Amino acid sequence: MAPVAPIAAAPLIGGVRRRSGLAYLLLLPGMLWLAIFFVIPFGSLFATSLQDSPAGLFGNYAQAMSEYWGAYVRALAYAGISTLLALIIAYPLAYYIALRSGRWRSLLLVLVIAPSFASFLLRTYAWRTILADEGPVTSFFNALGVLPDQRILSTGLAVIAGLTYNFLPFMILPLYASLDRVDPRLIEASNDLYASGPKTFWKVTWPLSMPGVVAGTLLTFIPASGDFINAQLLGSPQTQMIGNAIQANFYKLRDYPMASSLSFILMATIVILVSLYIKRSGTEEIV
Amino acid sequence: MKLTQAPVQDLHLVNLVKRFGSVAAVDDVSVTIPAGSFFALLGASGCGKTTTLRMVAGLEDPTSGKILLGERDIAGLRPHQRPVNTVFQSYALFPHLDVFENVAFGLRRRGIRAVQEPVQAMLDLVELGSMGHRRPSQLSGGQQQRVAVARALINQPAVLLLDEPLGALDLKLRRQMQIELKRIQTEVGTTFVHVTHDQEEAMTMADTIAVMNDGRIEQLGHPADIYEMPRTVFVANFLGQSNLIAGRRESGGDLLTVRAFDHLFALPAARSSAVGPDVVVGVRPEKITVIDDDGATSDERVPEGHNRVRGVVTDVSYTGVSTQYLIRVPWGAEFVAFEQNVLVGDRCGVGDPVILHWSPANTFGLSADATVGSQAATADSEAVDGELQVR
Repeated sequence: MAPVAPIAAAPLIGGVRRRSGLAYLLLLPGMLWLAIFFVIPFGSLFATSLQDSPAGLFGNYAQAMSEYWGAYVRALAYAGISTLLALIIAYPLAYYIALRSGRWRSLLLVLVIAPSFASFLLRTYAWRTILADEGPVTSFFNALGVLPDQRILSTGLAVIAGLTYNFLPFMILPLYASLDRVDPRLIEASNDLYASGPKTFWKVTWPLSMPGVVAGTLLTFIPASGDFINAQLLGSPQTQMIGNAIQANFYKLRDYPMASSLSFILMATIVILVSLYIKRSGTEEIV
Repeated sequence: MKLTQAPVQDLHLVNLVKRFGSVAAVDDVSVTIPAGSFFALLGASGCGKTTTLRMVAGLEDPTSGKILLGERDIAGLRPHQRPVNTVFQSYALFPHLDVFENVAFGLRRRGIRAVQEPVQAMLDLVELGSMGHRRPSQLSGGQQQRVAVARALINQPAVLLLDEPLGALDLKLRRQMQIELKRIQTEVGTTFVHVTHDQEEAMTMADTIAVMNDGRIEQLGHPADIYEMPRTVFVANFLGQSNLIAGRRESGGDLLTVRAFDHLFALPAARSSAVGPDVVVGVRPEKITVIDDDGATSDERVPEGHNRVRGVVTDVSYTGVSTQYLIRVPWGAEFVAFEQNVLVGDRCGVGDPVILHWSPANTFGLSADATVGSQAATADSEAVDGELQVR
């Protein structure tokens, strides 16, 4: 958002006032939307999280942390692993679509998005069948003898698989967008300057696709860490994520202060992790 | 300071062909580019000059033919294995690296650790010594261009390839960079192969120019030789302007006489590349002298033995140093003539009858196997079905 730009360009003082008025007018709907649906609920959520505190002002927070720390750890771990898997699956795919697919490009992009036309819930239910105990996937891995519990469904593996699958398009699309912007002449220049294929990838293509990597990982990690559907449908009580705890407190236990505290802790954790991540990847100006 | 230690070797292109589908972009090109020379491939867009360059760089695989560097055929090598570097048309600087790292890129990829000194020396050579920490996007077009040159030259390539390197610069900067590039080339002594569509650029910088048309080299030689004695209609029109007159040979000997439109034109046999009796007589606009035609004594002012044509001035453009005339000659063609403005106010006007004359020594003869447009200055004439002319 840059409401300042038209002001600088205005030729007259009267014009300046009118133009800046217009800029604020144009901002108004967005600001109102944010105020009504974000700032006010945010405040009310925070107020709720302080109610019925057992000890001190932030008693709910202390209780939330001690009772649900396992769910927090699982949420971050599952989301982190899913994000990494999605990146590994999505990168070659996005690379191919952006740089090699030629006239199939549009079709391939549609195929990436196509599953989203079916309901999220439905697709997650489908994974129960895919990963069922006697199903081909589980049988295959059991034949290899690599499954500790002889099953996938109702374990962390199933939750991670579901999360990876469900958020994959959010990884592919930003990666595609940023790989599509990589000038093929830079790859030629790198080849010309003694860099072989792999060296060119690590020294030119990968750094230039960083904005896509950062955007894709954020778009996957943030919703995945707050997700509860996958853990509920594909997991077991032992694989509960923080999303499940929040959902249970809101809808089953009706413990609103506890649910609010859990939400706040999750939000704060994500904000801190994301800022550290962006800072580390040094891409503030290009995201 | 000599920065190049790479073995100085001639570059030979031998029967090089590149087909895209059924189209031959490069059609049997053979040429030797001597080590240490500044060689220009000149031609209109689509003539195959960039494809030729990309084949030398390894960015395009030849359909057939050899690319020899000294004795060694490099045609089968991957681009990163060739001792050849390119200055790309749009520079293709790495936007995620600063100027220093852009220049150091090639050295680092070859595992050279001590980059600080050579990179700084190279940046100094291109007069960007203090710009090492800038990003390419923070530089002007001319500075980016110099980074591109430095990034390629630092690798001490056997041949430096330049693909329309000045195309994106404005006229003034282009002139500056022409001189700059020539200076750098003289300083490092590397073979430069320069692709351009700008004939002035090619003439200013190159020792040798190869004029390309339709995938073939039409003529190759020193810029002055090509300009003064073009061998094909295409070259005569593409490199500068020419007035061309299609005629038939009347008599031979050391001095040819050609009859065209009831006029007789003389030229030295040595300056004619025509093989048959049909000869296209040509003369450059600045070689023509324009004098007033008063119908009586004017003919006496034409030096003995000069070729002459009467005409009427149809257009006068004053350009300061010279005046450009368009003159309609009796057979309907329009001649171009440039006159130095030696005397103040001494100019012909539109509608004035004039006599054009020029020395046979400044006349050249071409084969008539190509269409000669009635307009002398058009450069879009069809390719001459000529053989490769390598001297």
